[in-house]
Amino acid sequence: MTDRIAGRASGPSLRQRRQRAAFWFLAPMLFALFCVAAWPLGRTIWFSLTNTTLSNLYGGEWIGFDNYLSMRTLSSGKVVWRGTLVDPAWWNAVWNTIRFSFVSVFFETCLGLIVALVLNAEFKGRAFVRAAILIPWAIPTIVSAKMWAWMLNDQFGILNDIGMSLGLLSQKVAWTASPDTAMTAVLLVDIWKTTPFMALLILAGLQMVPRDIYEAAKIDGINPVKVFFKVTLPLIKPALMVAVIFRMLDALRIFDLVYVLTPNSAATKTMSVISRENMIDFDKFAYGAAQSTLLFAIIAVFVSLYIWLGRVDLSGEGSK
Amino acid sequence: MTKFNRGALRPALIAALMGCAALPAMADELFYVAGGVGKQAENFKEIVKPWEERTGHTVTLVPMPNSSSDQFAQYRLWLAAGTTDVDLYQTDVIWAPQLSDYFVDLTEAAKDIVPQHFPSVIESQTAGGKLVALPLFTDAPALYYRTDLLEKYGKEVPKTWAELTETAKLIQDGERAAGQADIWGYVWQGNAYEGLTCDALEWIKSFGGGQIIEADGTISVNNEHAVQALDMAKSWVGTISPEGVLAHKEEDARGVWQTGNAVFMRNWPYAFGLSGGDDSAVKGKFDVAPLPAGTAEGGSAATLGGWNVAVSKFSTKQEAAIDLALYLASAEGQKRRSMLDSQLPTVMALYDDAEIATAVPIVPRWKDIFANAVPRPSGPTKGKYNEVSARFWSAVHDTLSGTGTAAENLELLELDLSDMQGSGW
Repeated sequence: MTDRIAGRASGPSLRQRRQRAAFWFLAPMLFALFCVAAWPLGRTIWFSLTNTTLSNLYGGEWIGFDNYLSMRTLSSGKVVWRGTLVDPAWWNAVWNTIRFSFVSVFFETCLGLIVALVLNAEFKGRAFVRAAILIPWAIPTIVSAKMWAWMLNDQFGILNDIGMSLGLLSQKVAWTASPDTAMTAVLLVDIWKTTPFMALLILAGLQMVPRDIYEAAKIDGINPVKVFFKVTLPLIKPALMVAVIFRMLDALRIFDLVYVLTPNSAATKTMSVISRENMIDFDKFAYGAAQSTLLFAIIAVFVSLYIWLGRVDLSGEGSK
Repeated sequence: MTKFNRGALRPALIAALMGCAALPAMADELFYVAGGVGKQAENFKEIVKPWEERTGHTVTLVPMPNSSSDQFAQYRLWLAAGTTDVDLYQTDVIWAPQLSDYFVDLTEAAKDIVPQHFPSVIESQTAGGKLVALPLFTDAPALYYRTDLLEKYGKEVPKTWAELTETAKLIQDGERAAGQADIWGYVWQGNAYEGLTCDALEWIKSFGGGQIIEADGTISVNNEHAVQALDMAKSWVGTISPEGVLAHKEEDARGVWQTGNAVFMRNWPYAFGLSGGDDSAVKGKFDVAPLPAGTAEGGSAATLGGWNVAVSKFSTKQEAAIDLALYLASAEGQKRRSMLDSQLPTVMALYDDAEIATAVPIVPRWKDIFANAVPRPSGPTKGKYNEVSARFWSAVHDTLSGTGTAAENLELLELDLSDMQGSGW
């Protein structure tokens, strides 16, 4: 007690000193985060409020919110609205992205859970299977997308060949060309690629579940299905929720897969694809920046809603 | 042991250094980016060999994807960032107005060789009085057909699209009944990319429907001839052309054709040499003709293609780079390329060259077709060309894949284009 009083008299308290030390330890990280996250984000938002083009990156002038929404009165007195918020191509992309995200995350979670449950069981060669199942996740997306593009090819693709020889298909299907199947093709490849990632995250959650609970359930003679819903699922819920957030963030900004498989199909164009198209192909850098900013806002809203609705505990405090 | 080695190496090292010093000026290493189809990347080494030997410089080819739209996006990024890593860019005929700010003006350097080339090609590479790029080769598409199959069914080479549709259907049905299940009547480029703009422009023009946007900037695409042309193309998908044609680019179409699975193909002259190669199933069984006509007033139409070489203004080795560009565009460079890649030269005299005529018979035959080729509207639309082209190919792709009718899509396209035009291109 005397010591603390003495300390307070002579200089900053222990608490203050600890805070100061903590700040200096965190400073490099904060600086790095500022450089790689805050600055590019701020810059994008700034660009979206100017009329910058790619050929004149530093000469953009402030035009306010015109890239988002602007009203113009024609000489005939007719009023027209312009900007991303009234651009049907943009809303089509938003809808595509949301549809893609929900469907892909739903299937990846279900399949990932099944795979994780299997891998959690004791069986011979489990280590080998665990390593093998990660292969799709380990292949760079561009490579796997190109690989699938060949497998899905209408003339030389192996999928059509198998389908035809087994009699499942009556004629060769142009998976990536037809607007009816393009989205299915993209979803298929994404689910194939990302299920292992979900499985791994869920598996980590599963291994935290104490074994004695299962033993107790077994002794009480409880049906395994009931055990899964009453014991396993509630216990892995925190891990599952975090895994779903990760995937959702990833899925909402999907770009590479679509860009390689079906780059110009309106049926699969996502927010990132359309934003890049405007920025680079069409030389409307500021317009693309406005779309990037909206993409950021949409993702932020999604994640906040999800955390709020699911009461997800990202800090890990609750599990202690 | 080490000491001995070092002693033995020293004279060799000195000799090597002296060898370098003996070369004229300083040897530069240039980087040349180009996308390519077929064997263009491999043949590039052969083409530049004499220049490398003469000057002592070396050139490294940086290969790019074969879709011209993908290349453009990458080049624009590099150029906007002012990269010094690339010295020369191989550019599409339509890019000159959009990228002119980033390239060196070659007017002065090329004043001796410019008169040897077709004036229309030089004009297409001039933007705002600046010669942005020098031509490497020009392109005008051909209708590839199977001589053996036409003979077997006693058919003539089609002169109109209607004849083509009929002949393709007849042969496709006949061959399928005879056991060749994978054969298709007609393959072309239907993916949503710049290539579809070329294909669709030909259909529309051959039906007398104009060229999307006319030279004076008026938007002409929404007319009944254009609707008629697109309806015809739509009728092919799933009948004489595979459904997958909507995802085909040049190389996909060539894949179907060269494995012997197509009666007709629309493609550029580069496929001529490759189709006659030893690994080709159609070797000795094919020939080329001009694309069919739509209606009498429209006649046959071929989209003007072609590639050029431009020198980056960010290059640190501009002198050597300009010299290479001049070599590649010279009669010597173009002749080598013609012989190796079966490309059409832009040097007028080469069309009368006996060696080329024997090795690549398509070249002299294509002179007139190329001379009358239709340009894409990159001139009148300037910096907005990419967006115009993207809207156009999307409207066509939608029509072909059954999202809306030709009439509906062209009407919407007209509205989009006039919005984009605003007060002027």
